[in-house]
Amino acid sequence: MSNFFTSSIGKKFIMSITGLFLILFLCVHLTVNLLLLFGADAFNAGCEFMELPVIKVIEPILALGFIIHIIWASVLTLQNQKARPTKYALRNQSKNCTWASRNMYILGALVLAFLVLHICNFWLDFKFGDVANETVTQYELVSQKLAQPVYGIIYIIAAILLGLHLSHGFWSAFQTIGFSNQIWRKRLEYVAYFFAFVFAIGFSVIALRFLIFGA
Amino acid sequence: MADKILKELTLKIWRQKDAKSKGEFKTYKVHNISTGTSFLEMLDILNEQLVEQNEEPVAFDHDCREGICGTCSLFVDGRAHGPDDDVTTCQLHMRRFQDGATITIEPWRCGAFPVIKDLIVDRKAYDKILQAGGYVSVGTGGVPDGNAIPIPNDKAEEAMDAAACIGCGACAATCKNSSAMLFVAAKVSQLALLPQGKVEAARRAKAMVAKMDELGFGNCTNTGACEMECPKSISIEHIARLNREFLKAKFKD
Repeated sequence: MSNFFTSSIGKKFIMSITGLFLILFLCVHLTVNLLLLFGADAFNAGCEFMELPVIKVIEPILALGFIIHIIWASVLTLQNQKARPTKYALRNQSKNCTWASRNMYILGALVLAFLVLHICNFWLDFKFGDVANETVTQYELVSQKLAQPVYGIIYIIAAILLGLHLSHGFWSAFQTIGFSNQIWRKRLEYVAYFFAFVFAIGFSVIALRFLIFGA
Repeated sequence: MADKILKELTLKIWRQKDAKSKGEFKTYKVHNISTGTSFLEMLDILNEQLVEQNEEPVAFDHDCREGICGTCSLFVDGRAHGPDDDVTTCQLHMRRFQDGATITIEPWRCGAFPVIKDLIVDRKAYDKILQAGGYVSVGTGGVPDGNAIPIPNDKAEEAMDAAACIGCGACAATCKNSSAMLFVAAKVSQLALLPQGKVEAARRAKAMVAKMDELGFGNCTNTGACEMECPKSISIEHIARLNREFLKAKFKD
């Protein structure tokens, strides 16, 4: 294992594993959030489930997953920038790869910016604010926030950016750990588009519901 | 049928005296180019014109001119080996261009491939990666009888596809990260798939990846641009195999 974490493939392996872990988290997150569409009782019950000890244990690991994914991405991107000291005067990349695959770091940075807003909007209130003090329920807090056009629209844009990030990230993670070949490549690409679509549409639908029908 | 004639073309070409000088783009005009002319022949015509005008001809790499040696390079109009898919620059023809067009010609831009002069870059980095492990050093005996070593047809085909790599450098040149993964993957794959090469597969993957990193190539982000620009259409499935071989080798250490 010597030099594993300093090698290019070793670093990418870390990106891939943390990325797949974050996708697992998104699956749980979307499932609980979709309960919002079924009314206050369903969502509040979902939030109760998130208070279970097992979730409490996973929370710091999740935070660590985010931090490692972001730091490693920055290190890799910086190295990649340095690998080409003189840039091309003319580039025609749209002919050979997808826009999302070329802009993963920018997409990731935008999702991170949203994440900060998202934590300020909900997580802090859930843990330390009005929800923790039981002056409002989880459903009331979320529905009132998303009914505001500014937030509703930001949440929809963020969902689309996340979808674009995943449209490349999901299959790329499998390629990096070596789980791909002639047959599986196409399958993984389709699954990636499926995941991207589900997350983008899933989170958008929730925001849209409150935007259109109010809290 | 006579070829069409392109009456005038404007060429924006990177000129650089030597490795140490600062280069710049210079603009040239060429006239009456037949569409049947190859791209390199068009540059030959330009060079004859420059020699007549007592100017230094444009230096560019070329050798076989039949698409099999990997010597020619050039980033033409923003793409490695020009606008055609699956060809080297020598196999690119002027019928791909419109009369009156402006064509931008740059050398490979990659930190590990420094410019030597004009459009010529030093691709020794690829040789160094090969020297680090792209060979078989175990005794394999004399030439075996046909079918004495059973190799499944699909494995033989995959190994042959990887072996088509001519080491031109288009993969690293086109990669947004200047990663040489497709080249390294082709070489590792080609040998790891066959019984004679399998013996040293672990050592080879580790040594070649270490050399690639050391030489300053970037990190692959699986955009797939390399396989689109590869004149031999080498697939990034080989990169998945390289990742597999490397991780397997490292986890065993």
